[in-house]
Amino acid sequence: MTTLTIDGQQQSFTPGETIYEIAERAHADIPTLCYDPRLKAFGACRLCVVEVEGVRNPVASCTAKATDGMVVRTATPTIDKHRKTLLELVASENREVDVDPLRGYASQELAMLVDRYDARTGRFRGKASGKSQETDQNPFILRDYDLCISCYRCVRVCAEQEGDHAISVRNRGFETQITVEFDGDLKSGTCTFCGQCVQTCPTGALADRKAIRATELPGPIEKARTVCPYCGVGCSVDLQAKGGKLVGVLPAMDGPANEGALCIKGQFAFDFVQHPDRLASPLVRREDGELHPASWDEALDRAAGGFMKARDMHGRHSVYAVASGRAPHEAAYAVQKFIRVGFMTNQVDNCSRA
Amino acid sequence: MSNPLADMEKPQTIFCIGTNMTECHPVAATRLKKAVANGARMIVADPRRIGLCDHADLYLPIRVGSDVALLLGMAHVIARDGLVNEAFVRERTTQVEEFFEHIKGFPPEWAAEITGVPAADIEKAARWYGEVERGAIYYTLGITEHICGVDNVQSLCNLALMTGHIGREGTGINPMRGQNNIQGAGDCGALPNNFPGFQSVIDPAVQAKFEKLWGVKVDLEKGCTKVAALDRCGDEIKAMLICGENTVVSDPNLAHCRKALERLDHLVVADIFLTETAAMADVVLPATSWGETDGVNTNTERRVQRLRAAVPPVGEAKPDWWLLSELAKRCGLRGFEWQSAKDVFNELCEVSPLYHGLDWDRIDTGEYHWPCPDKDHPGEPRLHSEGFINGRGVFKLLDYRDPAETVSDEFPVWLTTGRRLPAYHTHTQTGRSAGIDYLLSEETLEVHPDDVADWGLSDGEWCTMSSARGSIRIKVQANSCSPRGTVFASFSFADTPVNILTGGGYDPATDTAELKVCPVRIEASFRA
Ligand code: SF4
Ligand code: SF4
Ligand code: FES
Repeated sequence: MTTLTIDGQQQSFTPGETIYEIAERAHADIPTLCYDPRLKAFGACRLCVVEVEGVRNPVASCTAKATDGMVVRTATPTIDKHRKTLLELVASENREVDVDPLRGYASQELAMLVDRYDARTGRFRGKASGKSQETDQNPFILRDYDLCISCYRCVRVCAEQEGDHAISVRNRGFETQITVEFDGDLKSGTCTFCGQCVQTCPTGALADRKAIRATELPGPIEKARTVCPYCGVGCSVDLQAKGGKLVGVLPAMDGPANEGALCIKGQFAFDFVQHPDRLASPLVRREDGELHPASWDEALDRAAGGFMKARDMHGRHSVYAVASGRAPHEAAYAVQKFIRVGFMTNQVDNCSRA
Repeated sequence: MSNPLADMEKPQTIFCIGTNMTECHPVAATRLKKAVANGARMIVADPRRIGLCDHADLYLPIRVGSDVALLLGMAHVIARDGLVNEAFVRERTTQVEEFFEHIKGFPPEWAAEITGVPAADIEKAARWYGEVERGAIYYTLGITEHICGVDNVQSLCNLALMTGHIGREGTGINPMRGQNNIQGAGDCGALPNNFPGFQSVIDPAVQAKFEKLWGVKVDLEKGCTKVAALDRCGDEIKAMLICGENTVVSDPNLAHCRKALERLDHLVVADIFLTETAAMADVVLPATSWGETDGVNTNTERRVQRLRAAVPPVGEAKPDWWLLSELAKRCGLRGFEWQSAKDVFNELCEVSPLYHGLDWDRIDTGEYHWPCPDKDHPGEPRLHSEGFINGRGVFKLLDYRDPAETVSDEFPVWLTTGRRLPAYHTHTQTGRSAGIDYLLSEETLEVHPDDVADWGLSDGEWCTMSSARGSIRIKVQANSCSPRGTVFASFSFADTPVNILTGGGYDPATDTAELKVCPVRIEASFRA
């Protein structure tokens, strides 16, 4: 069995695992910025460095593979000081560190690390890297590259997770810029507006434009775990509500069907729920031939009456019901039971035949 | 799906047919893209050069409606080239000799004639699928929405049986279900032939079970399908309840469909918007929407997952189960005294053997795939690992049939219909979500640029498209995704009702409409 020691604790591991993966299992809380567990480790931010006995320089734990007998320390004073300095530098390059959590799933990562390492010192005067693409007026993704720290998580999630390769990196250092081919808008390239780049961005440089419309709404953000209402993949999402309004959708990283992935529909097509066209009361057709708002009692009496009348005049097979492939089980179950119990017939179907 | 979504990253050969997965099941498609990036080979068969082809190693551009021919040709090659999994065939299948004799008559050259795919590519596809240990098939409505939809599916099953690509990790026959809960609607018994859990209504034992459970007499006779019901509106059928379906936009042969609903004495629609269908109703019941409703969905991999409300319902909207329980009460029925979605779901679990081991609390984190027959059962992410439900897998002897309508002098062009990434079905929800129109604001007809020129059309201008059932106006979009002689449109926009044209035929076994094939005539139209 292969083992190593992390902060004095023996850990066994499978060859090929990185120090970071093993440390995470051992609940050693190593900070990261350019790391997303779903992507290939990149080793760019160097925040995850650890001390390895017998190795002179600190080692980036997200890329370094563990070896048998290794002795690792994840939080020595030297390492922590290094992290603080790094974070001070990163923070100094950004217009702001504190951003609205509605910007995206990972948008608080940088702010949380800056607080954890007490790095709000303003010791450095940074030159901002990246330039906002305010001209890209797409309604879904705000590209506020003033806040970009060049972790490339967006570029990598797009390539590795989505297989879309819609964005890339140009230049290095302070000149680094995340771009679409020919500097265009996202729409001009192969972007599918899945929002994955937004959700992995650790600074809010990429932000959910639909969600941040609700920044000014009062009250806390409340979350509810549910499943996307569109296709049969059944991606898990966390709905975000503020003051009784649905304001945004976050992918569920532990969603069993999607493991954090979403498409444009699941990510951005949620606000139909609050559209003014929503039916707010029952309607019945009156003598004038038009539909009019009615009470539930009137509507239900009329609805039930019509079914009973058909049965009494034309027999039990004269009543038919179509259940929805969009509504939950409870709807379909109730519909078929209503038909079978109420009319002693099997005149029921769902919409799967078109 | 016979196999879980996670298995999509594990095959050595992936065979996608009739599935525009990057647009219709985008998150599932990301798994295939990952598999390809890790070395899997992907074959895509589709009349159109869809997005998935960008990731494929082999693209088979089949003529619309020629799937059976392609699959027979592939079966022939698998047998001819000795790629049959003999042990699997011996131990798990039946009607073996007849089948292998039958497919001798369908060489790839024959299939090439019908499908338009070069014989060498058919051979290559067959070998790639046959020679690996883990081959998996993925399909969607491109397989089922044909008059030979059942034959198409059975042709795929034949391939899986020959090679033993079933019941193991990274294999399987995997239909991608289109709607979030279309699997669930069937599971719950919203079918004319099955009680919940696919228990047959014509089985006296099942009848006795439900009479005991529900305390009333139930019918031993199958009901009719929705398609048949629409034909019988005004005759045998006088009253209809439609829950959450925009029938008069989504269904084929719209004019017929609209007339059918008009002939009813009584139409009740429950929905979240006043859809084109709801606008025809005598009574419209406002249902709560996703985001406002607690409940359960089952996805395409048979995973049973909870839905949770995040916001209160709009206005007086109520959950479907509530309004059905109220209707039932008013009809004097008992057994509908549910207080919550949980009560309804738990009742389903009681009556369905597939859900018997589940309940509302147990499915909290969505880890179970049905069947889950009892409380100690872990669920079955992978079906058919030990055996098939009816014992042995039966090879089916199939033959190619032409679509219900084929191109002619009058209607010389193939129309095939489908979906686009940003719009969902009849667009009642995506169309009311801010920003979607930035990407897609109207329906267009995809026409190959050479056809645009040949037929005297111009890109971005109107044309008139007619079939045997009607005609519509639609804007032309020059695009080489569709091959010459085939055009494509979706039915997402009610003001471009493509389904006025469709509906030439139905699969005799399932009544599924042939929405994927419709011969049309296209003329430039200058009226704005
Ligand atoms: S939205 Fe999706 S496709 Fe577009 S750039 Fe971001 S990750 Fe790539
Ligand atoms: S997010 Fe996209 S892929 Fe996932 S269930 Fe919704 S529509 Fe399907
Ligand atoms: S997290 Fe390891 S280098 Fe960034």
